[in-house]
Amino acid sequence: MENEKIIQQQEKKALFISILLMAVFISMIVYGIKGVGVDLPTCISNVQPYETGKVVQVSDKEYEIYYVARMWFFDPQNVEIPVGSKVRIYLTSLDVTHGLHIWGTNVNLMAIPNAVNYYEVKFNKEGEYIVSCHEYCGIAHQNMIGKIIVKSSIENLGQNINNIQTAAQVGGEKTW
Amino acid sequence: MVETQERGEGLKVEGWLRFITLFELVFPTILLILGIYNGLLQVLYRAGIIKSMSFLGISYYQGLTLHGVINAIVFTTFFIVAFSNLVMYYYTRIQLSKGLTYIAFALMVVGTLLAAIPMLIGKANVLYTFYPPLKAHPMFYIGAALLVVGTWVAFLSYILVYLKWKKENPQKGVPLGVIGVMSTFIIWFVATVPLAYAVLFMLIPWSLGIVKEINIMVERTLFWFFGHPLVYFWLLPSYIMLYVVLPKIAGGKLFSEKFARLVFMLFIIFSIPVGVHHQYSDPSIGTSMKFLHGVLTFAVAIPSFLTAFNVAASLEYAGRKNGGNGIFGWWKKLPYTDPKKYLFAYMFAGLVLFLFGGITGIVNASYNLNSVVHNTAWVPGHFHTTVGGLVFLSFLGMSLYLVQKLLGKEVKFQRLNVLVPYMWLIGVILMSTGMSIPGIEGMPRRTNIGLTYLNPESEFFRPGWVFWSYLSVIGGTIMFISMFSYFVIFFSTLFSKKTSEADLYIPTAQSLDDAGTSFSSFKPWIAILIVLILVAYIPTFYDLSKATFGGAPPYSPELPVPMR
Repeated sequence: MENEKIIQQQEKKALFISILLMAVFISMIVYGIKGVGVDLPTCISNVQPYETGKVVQVSDKEYEIYYVARMWFFDPQNVEIPVGSKVRIYLTSLDVTHGLHIWGTNVNLMAIPNAVNYYEVKFNKEGEYIVSCHEYCGIAHQNMIGKIIVKSSIENLGQNINNIQTAAQVGGEKTW
Repeated sequence: MVETQERGEGLKVEGWLRFITLFELVFPTILLILGIYNGLLQVLYRAGIIKSMSFLGISYYQGLTLHGVINAIVFTTFFIVAFSNLVMYYYTRIQLSKGLTYIAFALMVVGTLLAAIPMLIGKANVLYTFYPPLKAHPMFYIGAALLVVGTWVAFLSYILVYLKWKKENPQKGVPLGVIGVMSTFIIWFVATVPLAYAVLFMLIPWSLGIVKEINIMVERTLFWFFGHPLVYFWLLPSYIMLYVVLPKIAGGKLFSEKFARLVFMLFIIFSIPVGVHHQYSDPSIGTSMKFLHGVLTFAVAIPSFLTAFNVAASLEYAGRKNGGNGIFGWWKKLPYTDPKKYLFAYMFAGLVLFLFGGITGIVNASYNLNSVVHNTAWVPGHFHTTVGGLVFLSFLGMSLYLVQKLLGKEVKFQRLNVLVPYMWLIGVILMSTGMSIPGIEGMPRRTNIGLTYLNPESEFFRPGWVFWSYLSVIGGTIMFISMFSYFVIFFSTLFSKKTSEADLYIPTAQSLDDAGTSFSSFKPWIAILIVLILVAYIPTFYDLSKATFGGAPPYSPELPVPMR
């Protein structure tokens, strides 16, 4: 049947175009990972869950923030770091499931009790970054907001300097 | 293949099946009133128009739970079972088992009522995704489990009908409607087994206090194993209508039945091993598994692309047959606002929304790109154009149609009825735009943002979002008016006088090709599915076993201390 043949051909064309389109999308994702360097949080098993948040200065422009998400605040709530810093973010939860989204960055993480999430980010622009809990965590969920304040230089860090420990103090290891 | 039947020559449906089916259509529509009301409240809260923790006795998160559970779980599940009962009977002419159909019906109704009580008294404010360690009343989980088990019993009755039909018709190709229903329920069954495990062996004992702690990452992974196939459970009945009903109403034929069957088989293999794409931002799962699930998600887009092509080609055929010429001429010859062909309007408006839904869905699936939109208002902006678009509209239209047919009634307010889907279309586009754009800037979903980000008195106030949130209010209000009109039409039709014989007629398009017996066996596809599930989930659970360090006790959403 002539009709049949045309239908088959047309549908095969549609199938081919769909597969091609998907292949293009997937290669763009791969370029995003390898070329642009944007990846997702992965599975880390070497950091045990912890109970208090802290900011660790590893070197001049390298920081580690150990976030604890709790009903209904982040620990540490506000963090100040100098512009141009590379920050390793660890995240866990002490109670329910939370989220941590640093607006204007690719940091978008889930906080799960007894699991540790991890992501790396560099702050190239000064300013106040909102750290927003984006996962429903109970009645005061909408109030769970923190900040990262990126300042022009380290001298201006007037903040909770007591919470900042140097790598030497905590015996931090380098695993960049 | 069932030959085309003219009006009034439909199939007699026995009294008991008619009663059950009508109940399964009317009961969720009554509940839907509450679901829609809470949807309207969502946009009002989120714009800061209702600047409060609760309104008229229903709190924000309670209302959100009701909105999600009723609209996305209860309404859809009941409709799908009612529709599938009739499709199986209509195309095979084999009676469903009366006993099984009654048991399925009873389990679903009892389950829904059990789950509704804690939701209504505010003892299950955990949203439809459950979200442990937040704990709901055990009755919530038990009710949800009964609802799911009810659908399994319904599936069993379809399997019996299917096997009997195959035995009686060994040489014939399976009718497309039957392939569609069987695919829908194969996906549903495979997807709900891990969910049933999570509910029966983790959540229920934990909520009763028998088990102290449960591993949250394991529960999440089991939930999302089910959570994505759930959307294909919603979508496939719509696809059945697009392939079987739509070309007929448009005045044409289905372009290719063979490829329609292939589409259902592709959904069987690809719709399940993709759940980790809901967990891109989760800890304890490696990037290689996240990437694999991402690629498989792109594979599941292919049958949707094929459907878009097949449906468009069928509509073009219909338009040309109706006298349309040229590249665009046939577009003008389709029954967009014909009150007698209102099913066309419901499905066409749904298709327009699904165009946006498909594109935004691909954005969500795009691995690293998901970090921009995960858990932001972009996501509800997306799914109101999929489940809230094509799925919802086609279910509404078909509900009304089946009630009308089974009772032999004339639809009331016919001019208004044909406008309902277009009002909904405009409303959803405005509402979704108002959520998607600020979503890209970080506006969170599932959050009473009228108290913070949209509150001028808060230090976190975002003046740039005021415009978008008001656009959502306008869209949400139009959606509400559309649904208000639908309820008026639905219930006045239901309670009107009988005008004709009560019998069932499902408009059924013939196809342009002869599909023969191609793609008439599910077995090879189920085998591929099982292999893909093992490949996609064994390493995922291995990751979890390495990188989770214990469980979590239950919490009430009201207090920041464990319940025991």
